[in-house]
Amino acid sequence: MNAMSAREQGFALCEVCGRLGKIAESERCLRCGARLHWRKPSSLQRSWALLIAAYALYLPANLLPVMETQSLFGVQSDTIMSGVAFLWHSGSWVLALIVFSASIVVPLLKLLSLTVLLISVQRRRPGPRLPRARLYRLLELIGRWSMLDVYVVAILVALVQAQSLATMAPGPGVLAFAAVVVLSMLATMAFDPRLIWDRAGVQNEEIRRESN
Amino acid sequence: MADIDGLSATACHECDLLLHELTPPITAGAVSCPRCGAVLYRVSHDALERTLALTCAALVLLLVGNLFPIVGLNIQGHHVETTVLGAARQLWRDDMPLVALVLLATTVLMPLIELSALAWLLLPLRSGRRPPGFVMIFRALQLAHPWAMVEVFILGVLVSLVKLSHLADVLPGPAIWCFGALMLVLTVLSSLLDHRALWQAWEAAQA
Repeated sequence: MNAMSAREQGFALCEVCGRLGKIAESERCLRCGARLHWRKPSSLQRSWALLIAAYALYLPANLLPVMETQSLFGVQSDTIMSGVAFLWHSGSWVLALIVFSASIVVPLLKLLSLTVLLISVQRRRPGPRLPRARLYRLLELIGRWSMLDVYVVAILVALVQAQSLATMAPGPGVLAFAAVVVLSMLATMAFDPRLIWDRAGVQNEEIRRESN
Repeated sequence: MADIDGLSATACHECDLLLHELTPPITAGAVSCPRCGAVLYRVSHDALERTLALTCAALVLLLVGNLFPIVGLNIQGHHVETTVLGAARQLWRDDMPLVALVLLATTVLMPLIELSALAWLLLPLRSGRRPPGFVMIFRALQLAHPWAMVEVFILGVLVSLVKLSHLADVLPGPAIWCFGALMLVLTVLSSLLDHRALWQAWEAAQA
């Protein structure tokens, strides 16, 4: 049997309970009552919108201070990058590398990869689809780890207060940073990986039609 | 299930490949999509029973983890310590209500929703009854899952311990062990939990 998509046969998988249903027979899932969709509704538009919002906040997230330390020696502002540098210089190389990957590499990689996926689906780019499917699965897996720095700020701020020599307060960067993580997670969820396989199929048909 | 050529069929949720269910069904292990490699479902012996046990353990760990301090500091004889809720309260006071909400949601609220939804679904299913509001509670479980980030939080605690160790004596609190254990339990839980098994148990149970 040729590889055939469920949609070509008139079937849609229920997003809630995973039951395969025929949309022509019922628009709602016969098991759980959820509305059936061929693909996530307006997946590309929603994904683009959330992704662009995440891009817009990416610069403030990395340039604005995430934490301000007030001590006898004055005020010191820390960005995400200077936090990594601090860990590196204090000898915690492993942690410095972990924080660097989670806070700087992963968010950037995630935004860029999702852009590539969205463009490749929209342009109906031919070529192997499996690497793109794997890339999407990786994005879903690693996105959450970027929340790391938000937690670090939260704990430091709660502990280093008036009683101590220094006071730490959250900077505006941490809000932007948390927003980038949440928005890029939402953008990844809005993207429907089945589109990677659909559009490539359409492309093959077009090539055949043009060569005829 | 939909039938095609007399065989029950399913589709891959990541690439929409139409597939026939395996006959005979496998008794243990994971079934992956032959085209894109996505895990379609997992089958394990006594899955529901073990999932329920782990869910109860995780609920206890989550409660204790939130009641006790995560880290303490000794600065010149002063002892300061904080709980997750304390950290959220401080962020709120520092004019960061949104960040405080993100912290609360990802470390307390979403794990709590996920675990209590699981317990709600599994307890009646175990004795062959359908839990009330199954579809709604299942949906809550599905929505909460990606936002529960206990494992990321525990790494964040470790990083802040290292950062603070230059400033003062750092004392790991009892909650850090709870969250550490919770992370392990949740990892095993998510490798066992299979949505297909839940729905099959629901179909087999009486209304």
